[in-house]
Amino acid sequence: MNTKALRVCDVTLRDGDHAMEHQFTVEQIRTIARGLDEAGVPLIEVTHGDGLAGSSIQYGISREPEEEYIEAAAEVIRHGKLTVLLLPGIGTQKELKQAAGWGAKVVRVATHCTEADISEQHIGLAKKLGMEVGGFLMMSHMAPPSKLAEQAKLMESYGADCVYIVDSAGALLVTETRERVRALRDALSDSTAVGFHGHNNLCLSVANTLVAIEEGATWIDGSTCGLGAGSGNTPTEVLVAVLKKMNLETGVDLFRLMDVAEEMVRPIMLHPTTIDRACLTIGYAGVYSTFLRHAERAAEKFHVDARDILVELGRRKTVGGQEDMIVDVAVELSERQTHAKAIQ
Amino acid sequence: MNKIPVAIIGSGNIGTDLINKIRRSSLLEMTWMCGVIPESDGLARARSLGYKTTHQGIEDLLQHAGDFQIVFDATTAKAHVLHAELLRKAGKIAIDLTPAAVGPYVVPTVNIQQHLDKMNVNLTTCGGQATTPIIAAINRASHVEYAEIVSTISSKSAGPGTRQNIDEFTQTTAEGLVQIGGAGRGKAIIVLNPAEPPILMRNTVYAIVQELDEEAITRQVEAMAAAVKQYVPGYKLKAKPIYDRRDRKVTVLLEVEGAGDYLPKYAGNLDIMTSAAVRVAEEFARKLLGNGAGQEAQSKASVSGQGVSR
Repeated sequence: MNTKALRVCDVTLRDGDHAMEHQFTVEQIRTIARGLDEAGVPLIEVTHGDGLAGSSIQYGISREPEEEYIEAAAEVIRHGKLTVLLLPGIGTQKELKQAAGWGAKVVRVATHCTEADISEQHIGLAKKLGMEVGGFLMMSHMAPPSKLAEQAKLMESYGADCVYIVDSAGALLVTETRERVRALRDALSDSTAVGFHGHNNLCLSVANTLVAIEEGATWIDGSTCGLGAGSGNTPTEVLVAVLKKMNLETGVDLFRLMDVAEEMVRPIMLHPTTIDRACLTIGYAGVYSTFLRHAERAAEKFHVDARDILVELGRRKTVGGQEDMIVDVAVELSERQTHAKAIQ
Repeated sequence: MNKIPVAIIGSGNIGTDLINKIRRSSLLEMTWMCGVIPESDGLARARSLGYKTTHQGIEDLLQHAGDFQIVFDATTAKAHVLHAELLRKAGKIAIDLTPAAVGPYVVPTVNIQQHLDKMNVNLTTCGGQATTPIIAAINRASHVEYAEIVSTISSKSAGPGTRQNIDEFTQTTAEGLVQIGGAGRGKAIIVLNPAEPPILMRNTVYAIVQELDEEAITRQVEAMAAAVKQYVPGYKLKAKPIYDRRDRKVTVLLEVEGAGDYLPKYAGNLDIMTSAAVRVAEEFARKLLGNGAGQEAQSKASVSGQGVSR
């Protein structure tokens, strides 16, 4: 088992933004960021679920301006590092510069797992700004390990300090996670870290994270109460407890972290983190976890089954960011239904 | 019917696709193609179709400046900044397909008539060409307070220029929604999808309007889609506009299939650029030929020593 120091990144205030339907208050951000920092979490990510400038009709309008969320977190984080997410194509270098000005020290630059070459400018700028950079290969289940390794090397060549296997759909099986993390570890230089970001749609997030660590991943994502897209992320407090039992040090105070989860996060959750049939369909069909709430809303508006929408989105090989396809598919399914009824 | 002679700088995919579209035009006459790579497929094609070519760049092309009046630039933003100056001095009208944006952004169905007095115009982005007309159309029915567009293109149709400068797409397209489309604020998002077989270009247009007059908006949007379809045959509304009364929101789903000239059909994003460029050149040509109120452009053309081809 790898003995290098593990670095936990908590994404409650970023991936959790999807589950909160972008309705976090500035006060909630401040309270939870302080709690995570006091519990010793080294990286605390705060951004719209779809990254900087993600507030949009397409992905959901944030309740408060980005600046207020990020500055509130920057004010209370004393020990850890304020982290932000950026998806090239949505956010630009302009927003990255702003976020650095507001106090962000780490950025994860995320692309679909075969499109790493759109991240060159953003990774380059982040390094110039003195930030640490994690490259995020989203929807890693859609590409074979060799392809992921090639893409990770691109991000490394742009200056990334770490490259992540990102299981955005919560679709990776344990062996698939192992092969992918191993491919990155083999391909990247020793000075570049490998990371893993899981989702729990198949109830494999902790197991996948453990094999990722076994294969050399050291930057590890989790979310308190699992608050995140789809069935949520690897629950940070559960992961820290398991790692402690395995004598793997994270530097995180387990009980304090449990308190953050129980007292600060659980009471404000809009939905319990659970694997219902829609979430399970996401993991099973390999669809972007963020599509969940959008698919549920479209299902209601156009009177179709959310699972049919999700399966069709999987069949069309949609990628992260294509939330507009959900309405497109729902309209088509609804027209098909109407047509079928008419000829009955 | 008389035609205006044109030249193309850039012998890549875009330049080569332009040849086919210019050949179909009743107002434009293809003359020269200029590149920098002697063995490029584009130059070979141009030669085989009987056009003159040079692989020695714009300086060589301008030795033959008397042969053409309008120049399409399908190179790079950096190159166009240099070309723009040379073309201006030579008195040529430049249709810029790069992101350089030396001249104003133009979209044929929306604002070209306002810019026929310019010597350099820019085609904005593929997403801009696809979505700005729809925002402008909605804006005719009811003021668009906020416009947001999402363009999804196949990974295969996104060249290295787009990939390395992806911010240019989002920023330029967003500016166009406001400057050309008339929206109060604008936002643009681009998504690359690597699926095989490659997906067609799709665009989603969201608009928050002052007053949700569904009938008027639908009428304007359908009329505009028909107008764009005249020069981009594969441009279509995927469904009737979708309305959300509570948010005063209009959603329009668009698909753009390429004509399959030189570029494959999935590359609707490139096709809409070359189609729009040719349409813009035709508007200039019409003016130069004196079919419209073309006095000013004609005199400019004579100042440049070319006169009007008759």
